[in-house]
Amino acid sequence: MKAVDALPKSPLGVRVVAGGVCVAFGALLIQATLAIPEGETGLAPLVAERLPESGVTNAVTACLLNFRGYDTLLEIAVLVLAAVGVMAVGGSHASAWKPLARQADPILSALTRLLAPVMVLVAGYLLWAGEHAPGGAFQAGSLIGAAGVLLTLSGYGRPAWVSHLALRAVIAVGFIVFVAIALGGMMVGGAFLEYPREHAKTLMLLLETWLTVSIGAILVSLFFASATPIDERTELMETDRG
Amino acid sequence: MITGVYPGLVYDLVIVSALLWLAFRILAEVKLFKAIVLFIAFGLLVALAWVRLAAPDIALAEAAIGAGITGALLLDAAGHMRGRAAPYPVTDPESGAESVGTKRPDESATAGGGMQ
Amino acid sequence: MSQTDLYAVAGAALFAFSLYGLMTRPHLLHKILALNIMSSGIFLILVGIARRVYGPDPDPVPHAMVLTGIVVAVSMTSYALALAKRIYSVTGSAVLDPEDMLDHGAASSEASRD
Repeated sequence: MKAVDALPKSPLGVRVVAGGVCVAFGALLIQATLAIPEGETGLAPLVAERLPESGVTNAVTACLLNFRGYDTLLEIAVLVLAAVGVMAVGGSHASAWKPLARQADPILSALTRLLAPVMVLVAGYLLWAGEHAPGGAFQAGSLIGAAGVLLTLSGYGRPAWVSHLALRAVIAVGFIVFVAIALGGMMVGGAFLEYPREHAKTLMLLLETWLTVSIGAILVSLFFASATPIDERTELMETDRG
Repeated sequence: MITGVYPGLVYDLVIVSALLWLAFRILAEVKLFKAIVLFIAFGLLVALAWVRLAAPDIALAEAAIGAGITGALLLDAAGHMRGRAAPYPVTDPESGAESVGTKRPDESATAGGGMQ
Repeated sequence: MSQTDLYAVAGAALFAFSLYGLMTRPHLLHKILALNIMSSGIFLILVGIARRVYGPDPDPVPHAMVLTGIVVAVSMTSYALALAKRIYSVTGSAVLDPEDMLDHGAASSEASRD
């Protein structure tokens, strides 16, 4: 039908004003980034100087979990809030985790059976390697989330032994552990979120492990809590072809 | 800091021009499915850009989250909306007045395919 | 032009393009796509600036900020998509105000309101 291709646009006035605003804003941004003086070093020397005290040797992980730990605490809180919001808005089938595949496509199923354990293994490696090499909790957690999405798309639903309560507990545990460690630092005489120096490495590894588990569970539930089960889904994009 | 013509300049120019062209194609695309697939490709190119900028941590996270999970979420949402790009204008045959229709004339009256 | 400037200017251009797309495309999913491209543009600016540091390694603080930003962007996208799907299932339209779509002349605007 001709109507699909003829996309009605916003009125001309809106487009002109929007175009003007965007050109002006873009020019301003470009001028601001190019105006940074030549010898700027940012915070890199400060980080390099304090890196041995932080417990890890990867600068980005040290920034994420130690120097800017407050940002990461609020970030995991945002993730938990998003999971709660998606479950709340999702409708009657939220948190149902029904299988999404119409019937298990055999090639996809075979590939998933090969890939999903490897993804979990690589996630474990990334978690461990975050201390001295690129990696860390977010990369590992996102790999676990991707493995979960792949499993859902291949027709493996929620296993029977994972109850709704258990899933929600796993979603919350990362944030709870983080707050517990932050408050625990206060109780042994430091400030909020200050790790005791000699235990910093252990605490960060413990924290990263629970964060990984939690992030993986959150990403999987963001996907399936809002995904429509197969009996309510229509053919994908059949009206869009041509 | 690297200035002038440096050895990796060709890679950087190719990646940047591909990013800008892809972004333009995504924002100008009418069909939703095509735009989302182009967006997944855009996410992978951005992951390459992170590698060029010596940010491997971000590259790992962007490839998994930015391209993978966001792409899967968008495709699922677009499938839920039946792939319609936009409502379309209908002209009332009698009075010639324009209005906006959100369903095709050959569809049933229920919206959302039975949700809720 | 250095590598920093190239990527930072590209990020700013991406932000400007997608801001225009956000303001002018009425369909909700296109708006969400535009929002994601905007975040990618801003992250390119941040990491491009981080590369300016003299020395072998770039500044790690913007890298940590961008990692946080990517995760927050996926949270925002998933919640926005859940809301968009809910709007679609309740109202039947993926456009918030369909009257915005039409290029009304002054005379016909009253006739098409229902």
